[in-house]
Amino acid sequence: MHQFNVYRIGPEIKIDQIDISFTNASLFMVISSLIILIVFNLGSVKKNIIPNKIQLLAELSYSFISKMISDTAGSKGKPYFGFIFSLFMFVLFCNMLGMLPYAFTVTSHIIVTFVLAAFIFIGVTVIGFIKHGLGYLKLFVPSGVPIVLLPLIVVIEVISYLSRPISLSVRLFANMMAGHTMMKVFGGFVISLGLVGGWLPLGFSVALTGLEILVAFLQAYVFAILTCIYLNDALNLHH
Amino acid sequence: MRKRLVLYLLLSVFAFLSNVYGAESEGMPQLNPEFWVSQIFWLILSFGFLFVILSKFILPKISNNLELRKSQILENVETAEKQKIESENKIKEYETLINNSKNEARNYFNEARKKIIQDIDKKREKIEEEINLEIQNAEKEIVELKKSSPEKINKIATETSAQLIKQLIGEEINNSSISAIVEDLSKKNKGKYYGN
Repeated sequence: MHQFNVYRIGPEIKIDQIDISFTNASLFMVISSLIILIVFNLGSVKKNIIPNKIQLLAELSYSFISKMISDTAGSKGKPYFGFIFSLFMFVLFCNMLGMLPYAFTVTSHIIVTFVLAAFIFIGVTVIGFIKHGLGYLKLFVPSGVPIVLLPLIVVIEVISYLSRPISLSVRLFANMMAGHTMMKVFGGFVISLGLVGGWLPLGFSVALTGLEILVAFLQAYVFAILTCIYLNDALNLHH
Repeated sequence: MRKRLVLYLLLSVFAFLSNVYGAESEGMPQLNPEFWVSQIFWLILSFGFLFVILSKFILPKISNNLELRKSQILENVETAEKQKIESENKIKEYETLINNSKNEARNYFNEARKKIIQDIDKKREKIEEEINLEIQNAEKEIVELKKSSPEKINKIATETSAQLIKQLIGEEINNSSISAIVEDLSKKNKGKYYGN
């Protein structure tokens, strides 16, 4: 599990006994952010009618995310486009960078995904209360439910609402960690079985690499689209 | 021998790496709270930086580009449609022009032909009339000639025969007797000279 270890890079930085040293995790967060900024800056400087490759990439991602938001949260979700876009790109690039050998996967740490999910949860709740006032609590009371069942349903709804940040963060973290652990296990099999029997697990790890790249994209997409759905609940109260 | 050497080398490298990295791997590093605060701090810093730069500077530019392209393409499509309609109108104008000029040419040709045919007809009629007149005159002359010719011939015959006789014999013979002989002969030979 050494690939998940966090270690200090450079000097120890402390503010009031709180350790905020620069670590390998911090390094990969910064690298992902910088790569995103460089790619999208390159994709937005030129204004060609027929875009070049990098401009096409930037514009395709733009319309992909904007379509995702308008499909799930409608036109009211437009002000949150910047955040959803940054979130999707950050998670995607952290996942993808983790696929490089010897790289650190930022999203394989529960604390990172939990902070993101908790921020989304608090933000969505605040937006909901601002938009609908106390009427936002109607979210927990679905219409058309018999009065006898209502206490039970409300309890279930509240629990499911409160478990959103946990499910959101654990989904991403567990997927990333499990994928990397599995690849590590198969890599270990290749070494321990040697030249004679190592070919089968080697093939498996090649296939797993492809699968993990798919998972890296898919989990970023799921993370972003669930954020959109939560946002939709807060913006358009359907219950 | 060489294969075994490579294998040993690989195994020793692996052993070295696993000693360096794998020694302290006890449990999940994710649950070790030692660097949690640091990770949260750097996450907020880098993600916040990314969010601010993207949404303030880069995303507006991209959406601007997209809208610019959309509007330009729409404009181009509009001008293309206008030009298409214009060219269709011009093609129609051209076709009507060609049809008109074809009709005019046909009319000119027909008129010219009619005129020429009329002219020819008039001239032919005139000529035919003249020819008819001349034929009639000639026929009259012929008829007259036919009528008068036997008498004249008879006269000539009597005169010449009288002179011949005069020169031959040296005596004048009565004209009436000679003309009687000539008339008698001409009656006999009438069919021979005229064929009717």
